[in-house]
Amino acid sequence: MSDSSLRVVWVYPDLLSTYGDQGNVLVVERRAQQRGLAVQRMDVRSDQPIPTSGDIYLVGGGEDRPQRLAAERLRRDGGLSRAADNGAIILSVCAGYQILGHEFVNDLGQREEGLGLLDVTSVRGEGERCVGDVLADVDERLRLPQLTGFENHQGVTHLGPTARPFARVRLGRGNGTGDGTEGAWNDTVFGTYMHGPVLARNPQIADLLIKLALDVNALPPVDDRWYEALRRERVAAATGPA
Amino acid sequence: MAGNSEPLSPRAKLAVTAGRAAAAVSRAAGRGSGSVIGGRVALKLDPDLLARLAAHLDVVLVSATNGKTTTTRLIAEALRATGEEVVSNALGANMPAGITSALAGGSKARYGVIEVDEKYLAGVAKDVTPKAIALLNLSRDQLDRAAETRMLAEHWREGLAGSKAVIIANADDPLVVWAASSSANVVWVAAGQEWKDDAWSCPSCGGVMQRPGDDWLCGECGFRRPTPTWALSGDHVLDPHGSAWPIRLQLPGRANRANATTSAAVAAAFGVPPQVALERMYSVQAVAGRYDVVSYLDRDIRLLLAKNPAGWLETFSLIDPPPAPVILAVNARGADGTDTSWLWDVDYSRLAGHPICVIGDRRLDLAVRLEVAGVDFQVFDTAAEAVRACPPGRIEAIANYTAFQDLRRAVGN
Ligand SMILES: [Zn+2]
Repeated sequence: MSDSSLRVVWVYPDLLSTYGDQGNVLVVERRAQQRGLAVQRMDVRSDQPIPTSGDIYLVGGGEDRPQRLAAERLRRDGGLSRAADNGAIILSVCAGYQILGHEFVNDLGQREEGLGLLDVTSVRGEGERCVGDVLADVDERLRLPQLTGFENHQGVTHLGPTARPFARVRLGRGNGTGDGTEGAWNDTVFGTYMHGPVLARNPQIADLLIKLALDVNALPPVDDRWYEALRRERVAAATGPA
Repeated sequence: MAGNSEPLSPRAKLAVTAGRAAAAVSRAAGRGSGSVIGGRVALKLDPDLLARLAAHLDVVLVSATNGKTTTTRLIAEALRATGEEVVSNALGANMPAGITSALAGGSKARYGVIEVDEKYLAGVAKDVTPKAIALLNLSRDQLDRAAETRMLAEHWREGLAGSKAVIIANADDPLVVWAASSSANVVWVAAGQEWKDDAWSCPSCGGVMQRPGDDWLCGECGFRRPTPTWALSGDHVLDPHGSAWPIRLQLPGRANRANATTSAAVAAAFGVPPQVALERMYSVQAVAGRYDVVSYLDRDIRLLLAKNPAGWLETFSLIDPPPAPVILAVNARGADGTDTSWLWDVDYSRLAGHPICVIGDRRLDLAVRLEVAGVDFQVFDTAAEAVRACPPGRIEAIANYTAFQDLRRAVGN
């Protein structure tokens, strides 16, 4: 951390904030504050430069055209890539996840270059759109409980050799490749198709981001009563009889 | 042109009769009003029926993400000031089958005031050759399956290009302006826009929108807010001559004053002066249960429907101030959209100071949302428990679509 407050950057709320992923920012902010951390939240619109001094960057999902505009502006700006080079922690969701890869298919049906921060490549799926609740087991190295989320995407994301699958789905489609993988991560950059928003459904991932940003192994506990109640309900709803 | 001067063809008559029979069967079987199923049967027998029924009417279409049912009611009331009959799909069956069914019931009417689902507007406008089309707003709704808002605007824009109808459109919503500006004949109404988060990028070129004060413009391509001729100003309508007419409504809130302003502009296009139109609108009380105040367990519960972030935002601005208790009810069944992520786009910190009771199928999603917003709340399994937890007096109850129906049943509305 560059000074006494945790700097949380919300990337392009004007383009990548269509599916409630603003919740990820709110959850990180809240859980950091509950640990007594001062939080400096920076909402950066797509006509502003991305600061390179942030600790945690959150990139949300968006519709097809805003996704292309966001990729164009992020490539031109370069700030997010420089922040990643500096070791910043980045969580990206859905359209944002695709942008962080090498390339994706844009609203015009053309291949659009991404930022290459994750070793993944996305294409448009041939089959039906993936919509619904997801249950998955997170990569055991991350020591996180079961992942629950809501997916809503047409994309299919293939992982390259240096990207690890973030999770393996029990229910739902995840990366849509048919191999059961969901999302991708390297040491500091995370991508997932999970909305919900993902950090509201999985507050331990928010804590993981904070721990990585602070370079600590543990955080003081907070009252997780409602998060746990919601998690139990969603897991039961996904696995129980329809 | 007064009433249905030309008789319907035998085939159209048969279709209408078959539709009525199907509707009656559906009603008898307890499947709701029967209007949709009746319309579906009729349309199958005569696919051109909608066009033929409308040919005898002066049709007004109303579309938007929020407020279309209420505005349809307000316009229908205003046009009744002409002394002519008005036929309308007042119960909100707003897709082609429901619209067909509604029009089939109005054989003596001169005016048809029709609410149309956003996705069907362009198609219905081609079928019914409307005289006027009112466009109120476009914003995110039902994240799991709705079309993108800009795609809807584009659909409108293409579908309405070349239409002979006068378009009465909200100058404060960039997506609506972009959709309407393909038409030759537009009346711009400054109806306001509280929810701005679906219009930060220019619908025309993708540039970032600048929003100084109430104005808006794209810095890159010059697309900008048109000069309105009608405006909502506080609780008055400003007409094109600069006269201010007081709005008196039984319906609460800024959004309904905006709906009244647009309705006055529509009525004026049919020769009804704004003061006459506005006076008629006062008679509209509750719209399909919305805004109704129900006595239940010695409390007075005001029932408020809010289906999406823009709707919740408008609703927060009309409720009584603290310490009025607020019941929040959220479901995520098919008709609501099954993704609850939108809750995070609603600024619940605005409810700070109100006692908050949470109910509905997805009360735990809402509980986490409120926990993160840092406001106090209590969670209950049933509406009755929530109501009992509130002191006697007025309660504001805000619910999304199926939660609203559940709530109406629970409190005996
Ligand atoms: Zn522009």
